[in-house]
Amino acid sequence: MSRPRPAGRVRAGRAASLTRVRSSDHDDDGVRTAVRQSLSVAVATGLYGISFGALAVAAGLDVAQTMALSLLMFSGGSQFAFIGVLGAGGSGGAAVATAGLLGARNALYGIQMAPLLGAHGWRRPLAAHVTIDESTAVGTAGRTPGAVRAGFWWTGVGVFVLWNAFTLAGALLGEALGDPRTYGLDAAAPAAFLALVWPRLVGATARATALAAVVVALALTPVVPAGIPVLAAAVVAIVIGWTRPDAALATPVGAPERTEP
Amino acid sequence: MSPDAVTWLALLAASAVVLAIKLVGHLVPEHWLAEPRVARTASLVTVALLAALVGVQTLTTGSHLVLDARFPALVVAAAALALRAPFIVVVAAAAATAAVLRAVAG
Repeated sequence: MSRPRPAGRVRAGRAASLTRVRSSDHDDDGVRTAVRQSLSVAVATGLYGISFGALAVAAGLDVAQTMALSLLMFSGGSQFAFIGVLGAGGSGGAAVATAGLLGARNALYGIQMAPLLGAHGWRRPLAAHVTIDESTAVGTAGRTPGAVRAGFWWTGVGVFVLWNAFTLAGALLGEALGDPRTYGLDAAAPAAFLALVWPRLVGATARATALAAVVVALALTPVVPAGIPVLAAAVVAIVIGWTRPDAALATPVGAPERTEP
Repeated sequence: MSPDAVTWLALLAASAVVLAIKLVGHLVPEHWLAEPRVARTASLVTVALLAALVGVQTLTTGSHLVLDARFPALVVAAAALALRAPFIVVVAAAAATAAVLRAVAG
């Protein structure tokens, strides 16, 4: 999946297109393109639900708990972090805090999407639940209101269905495999996190923050309870983000990343 | 409370928090969360949490710093990412590297 355009840049064009007749040929083409894009993103993203399912079981969760995470939490970074903290022996509170902090960017996506979707009533919480990196990326790439809505909903619902189906497959596979270390699954977990952070390591500030986070987390590991080192790294980011208002971030703020649901 | 009950409680609480955050984005007026400093900080928090998880899960076991098969596996994952491999390939390459190294080391 390509890096999407930041929403701010397309917003002006979209305001103009909102007045366009919805059933125009142009919009129909846009909708078809958005649906096609949605399906390929849903398949690609859904597939790595296998690794989440297998890693969750390796971290000590049972199949029902693993499925509950994919159904109810439905945000890849938060889900991986939750099982990562628990699997490393962290407390429930640390796992909740880490998952919540990693989900913070979803609020920024919601702010972008809400005015474009115009969802009301029961559709609104549903739209919120499927507001993830991918649905925001495909949605904001649409050039007409119809294409935006089609891209968001097809991607959100498509990823939800496939992510859950493949989570189940991965969890059952993980259960059948036995000791996760034999298959290197304990190395697969940090590789998954590396893949999630990779597209965000753009610009000096992001890289410096990542490096500082690793150093702080490793330095604290021998002296504080499990789960706390990772949270301390978030504090580092808050200090850097808040005290350097002129920091040049090459990454478009709030832009969805490449691989994460 | 049994460890299983703690896990259920934590996962339900965490899921509620994550959904509440998504709802906030859809319900609050745009102005304050759209402040550049808030958006920048949220973006950096994501980077820091993911990076810290990479470090902790690669180089620690319990409360000890450990260098084992996970580190070369992570290097392979980084190489795969540099070659623009898809997510599932990156994860599988890392797992295979660690598994092979352990099998060879006996």
